[in-house]
Amino acid sequence: MTTGTQAPRVIANSYTAGKLPRWTPWAVLAVALVVSLGAAAIMGSPEGEFNWILGIIGGVVLFVFANWLLSRLVEGARQATNRLITSLVTGAFVLALIPLIWLTLTVVVNGLPTFLNGTFLSQSMRNVVGEGGGALHAIVGTLLITGLAAVISIPVGLMTAIYLVEYGTGRLAKGITFFVDVMTGIPSIVAGLATYAVFALIFGEGVRMGFAGSVALSILMIPVVVRSSEEIIRLVPNELREASYALGVPKWRTIAKVVLPTSIAGITTGIMLSISRVIGETAPLLIVAGFTASMNYNPFSERMMSLPVFVYTQYVSPGTDAQFYFDRSWAGALTLILIVALLNAIARIVSHYFSPKTGR
Amino acid sequence: MTAAPARIAAKKRLGDTLFSGAALAAGTLILVVLAAVAIFLVAQSIPAFLVDPAEIKGSPDSFWSYVGPLVFGTVWAAALALIIAVPIALGISLFISHYAPRRLAQGLGYTIDLLAAVPSVVYGLWGAGVLAPAIQPFYAWLVDNAGWFPLFTPPVSGTGRTILTVAIVLAVMILPIITALCREVFLQTPKLHEEAALALGATRWEMIRMAVLPFGRPGIISAVMLGLGRALGETMAVAMVLSPAVIISFVLTSSQNPTTIPANIALNYPEAHGIGVNVLIATGLILFVITFAVNSVARWAVSLRKEFSGAN
Repeated sequence: MTTGTQAPRVIANSYTAGKLPRWTPWAVLAVALVVSLGAAAIMGSPEGEFNWILGIIGGVVLFVFANWLLSRLVEGARQATNRLITSLVTGAFVLALIPLIWLTLTVVVNGLPTFLNGTFLSQSMRNVVGEGGGALHAIVGTLLITGLAAVISIPVGLMTAIYLVEYGTGRLAKGITFFVDVMTGIPSIVAGLATYAVFALIFGEGVRMGFAGSVALSILMIPVVVRSSEEIIRLVPNELREASYALGVPKWRTIAKVVLPTSIAGITTGIMLSISRVIGETAPLLIVAGFTASMNYNPFSERMMSLPVFVYTQYVSPGTDAQFYFDRSWAGALTLILIVALLNAIARIVSHYFSPKTGR
Repeated sequence: MTAAPARIAAKKRLGDTLFSGAALAAGTLILVVLAAVAIFLVAQSIPAFLVDPAEIKGSPDSFWSYVGPLVFGTVWAAALALIIAVPIALGISLFISHYAPRRLAQGLGYTIDLLAAVPSVVYGLWGAGVLAPAIQPFYAWLVDNAGWFPLFTPPVSGTGRTILTVAIVLAVMILPIITALCREVFLQTPKLHEEAALALGATRWEMIRMAVLPFGRPGIISAVMLGLGRALGETMAVAMVLSPAVIISFVLTSSQNPTTIPANIALNYPEAHGIGVNVLIATGLILFVITFAVNSVARWAVSLRKEFSGAN
C-alpha cells in the first residue's frame, strides 16, 4: 500500500474558484428578511400596526432577487438561473403548506369549543333554535350511509379487481379498466343526480332516503376500491400462484387462500382510504339524502342527515344568532376532519404492520 | 415419433365456476352502472330540452341561454384554478422528486397528500369564512391601483367572495392530484439520462429541463387534465364561496360572478320541483359530458405513457 504512506497534498481547489460558498443562500435570506421586516416596521409605525405578512413576502421576494443577482455577478448566467429555479421550486412547496396549516388551525380554533361543549356529540338539532343542540343525528347518519356504501362497494370493487388481475383478458378487461378510470372522474354531484333519477323512477318524485345516498357514494367509491385493490393484487408474486397450482389447488381456492391473504394488508389500506375519500362527500347526499334536524336510524325511509351536509346547512342557513350556527358548522368540520384523519391513520398503521415483507 | 397427446380438459369445479362468474358479474356491473348513469341522466333531461323557456328559473330566452353562462362560469373557474395550480404543482413535484433530501422526500409527499384528505365542504367553509375576508383588502388595493386592467374593473366586491377566491380554493384542492401523478412520473425518469446530463456539466435545472421534463411531458399533460376534471366537477367549495349571478364576465374581483354548473345545482336543488329538477339534471348531464371527455383524454394520454415506458 503505497498510497497510505503519501502525505495528503494540500492544493488550492481551482474547481471552487468563482463559486459562492455553500452558506450564501442562508445568509442572503437572513439579511433580506431583516431588511424587509425592518422596512415594514418603520412604514407601519405611524399607524402603530406592524404588517408582518407583507414584511415576510417582501423579504422572500428580495431574497430570490438578491440570490439571483449575486450568483449572476459571481458565477455566471447558467448558475444564476439554476439558483433562481431552486428558490422558486422550494417556494412552491412552502406555498402549498400555507393553506394546509392555515386551514387546520382555523378549524381547530373555531371548532374545538363547540366540539367539547357536551351537547354537540350527544344531541340532535331537533327543536333547537340558537344555542345548544348537536350533530349526533348527522354523525349517526354519516356512519350509516357510509357503512352501507362500503357494504355495497367492497365486494363489487374487490371482485372486479380479482377479475381484472386473475381472469380478465381481451377487450372486456380493457374496457372495464378504461371505464373504471373514467368513473374515478365522475363529478360527485352527477353521481347524486343519476341516483336521484333512478330512485325517482321507482319511488316517485321528490324521493329522499339514506340508502339512495349510499348508492350515490358507491358510484364514487367503487372505482377507487378497484384501482387500489388491483394494484395490490398485481404485486403478489406469480411463484406463489404457481406453487399452489402445482399442488393441485383449484384456481378459486388459490385466490381465496393464497392471493387474498398475501395482499390483505394493502387491500385494507386501499379500502380505508376510499372510505375516507367518500365520507366527506357533500353534494350527492344533499341531493338524495336531503337534510333534517331529527334523528333517523332507518336508511330506507325519510330524510337522513350527514356530517358534511350538517356543516353546509349550518353555514348557509343560519337562524337568529348566526354565530351559534357558524360555531356548530366549524365543530362539524372538525369532527369530519378527525374521522378522516383517524381512517388515514388506521390505513397507514395497517399497511405498516401487516404488509408482507418484501425481499428474502 | 409420438403423436401429440390429446389435450386434457380440466375438471369443471363448482367453486371455480361460481368464483369466476362472480368476478365477471362484478366487472360487468361497473359497466352497467356507468351506462345507467348516462341513460337515466339523459332520460330525466329530455323534458328540460323541450320545455317552454318561460318556466325555467329566471325566464331566459331558451334552455341554452340558461346553460350558457353556467358553462362559461364552470370553464372559467376551472381554467383560473389550473393557471394557479399547475406551476405550483410542478414546483412541488420537482421539489419532492429532485430537490428535497432523499430521507425527507416521502414524508413531504404525504404532507401534500393531506391536502387531498380534507373534505370539500371544509374547504368551502374555510374559503367563505376565512380566506375571502382575509383577501378582500388585497382585491380592494388591486382594483384601486390596477382598475384600468379589464380583469380588475371596479367596483370591487365588498365580501371577497369572487371568482378569483373560488379559483384559489379550487387550486388548493387540485394541487395534491396533479402533484401525486407528476411526482411519480418524474421519479421514473431513467437515472442514466439524468446522470449523463450532469456528467456533461449541466446544472440541476438544465438537467431537469433536458432529461426530466421531456420524459415526463405526457404524464404532466394527463395530470393537468385530471386536475381539470376535478376542478370542473367541484361543487361545495364553489357553492359556499361564490356570490353568484347570471352573467358572463371575465372580471375577477367584482361581486357579480358567473357561477358554475355544480354549484348552481347544489344551491337550487333543495327548492326545485317539477320541471326545475329536470332542468338541473340536464345541466348535470352537460357537466357529465364535459368531464367525461376531459377524463377520457387524460386516461388516453396516460396509456400512451405506459406503452412508451414499457419499451424502456
